[in-house]
Amino acid sequence: MVKKEKRIILATVLFAAVLGTGTTVSAMHIMEGYLPPGYCIAWGIISIPFLVAGFLKIKNLLAENRRNITLIAMSGAFIFVISSLKIPSLTGSCSHMTGTGLGAILFGPSAVSILGIIVLVFQAILLAHGGITTLGANTFSMAIAGPAISYCIYKTCQKAKASKPISIFLAAGIGDLSTYFITSIQLALAHNTPDGIMASFLKFLGVFAPTQLPLAILEGILTVLIIMALETYGTQELIEIGFIRKGASK
Amino acid sequence: MKNNKKKLTIALLFAAALIIIIPLFVLKGAEFGGSDDAGSVMVEEISGKYEPWFTPVLEQALNGEIPGEIESLVFCIQTGIGVGIIAFFMGRLVERKHQESLRNKE
Repeated sequence: MVKKEKRIILATVLFAAVLGTGTTVSAMHIMEGYLPPGYCIAWGIISIPFLVAGFLKIKNLLAENRRNITLIAMSGAFIFVISSLKIPSLTGSCSHMTGTGLGAILFGPSAVSILGIIVLVFQAILLAHGGITTLGANTFSMAIAGPAISYCIYKTCQKAKASKPISIFLAAGIGDLSTYFITSIQLALAHNTPDGIMASFLKFLGVFAPTQLPLAILEGILTVLIIMALETYGTQELIEIGFIRKGASK
Repeated sequence: MKNNKKKLTIALLFAAALIIIIPLFVLKGAEFGGSDDAGSVMVEEISGKYEPWFTPVLEQALNGEIPGEIESLVFCIQTGIGVGIIAFFMGRLVERKHQESLRNKE
């Protein structure tokens, strides 16, 4: 029965992928001007405490040890690279990944808020991608909620004694997906039909999720790869931030 | 690097490449629009005609959209900055490990 159910799900996924083919729809940040001012301000205000926490977290990391800058810079740079690459997806349109999983797994979610907002500001100003007015909402979805979920999943997997690569893969991949999950909620709250917020939410999610799914898998793979590289060459740094225990055989 | 770790790395890189390449060949002729209109199309479908109340700063300054080639230039700069930082630190780490192993041999 379970196997049959899995097959049914697979079939529906394929069906949806085929149906979605040809429609030019893609998942990105919320466009400039597409959230009413009230919502922009609200999401901005909600994001502020997280940004302050992130700033303090990074300050403390650096005060603890100057050399932590290596991993902080690399996590930030990872977001820069990953979120600049538009990847073709099976829905026939492009989207990009978030790259926030790495930082969340290494430092916890708060530090990523700062790293993420740097990228969002860069894209909003120079690329007309995302936006200044929607910065608060985008920060919340990409740099706060997504990483927080990544972090929780990683911790849960570790508690469940899942292997490290699998924990990282799931954390980064699901974190990526949940960023667009949150984006859908944000859009649905601001734009909904008489059918209700839920109906609009599902519509937005229907736009984002199928495109993002293969990319989430890709993001999981890439995050596993870079952490494997760091474990091989940056063992000292990872011990300093407490990611791996001293003397752990690696 | 241990042998099975190496194998895993290669397998993962291969899988990553496949995820990117397969859509291109399966969906020949698809537009792959990196459409900035994605969400906005749906917004209009739901809310009716929606006029964005703010236009991007750069588009305002340019009095129009950013030319496509320039946009890809800026995206490349973004990638370049990121890759530069990662490669710089990664190079240092790799060389440090190399030196350590040399010292241990002596």
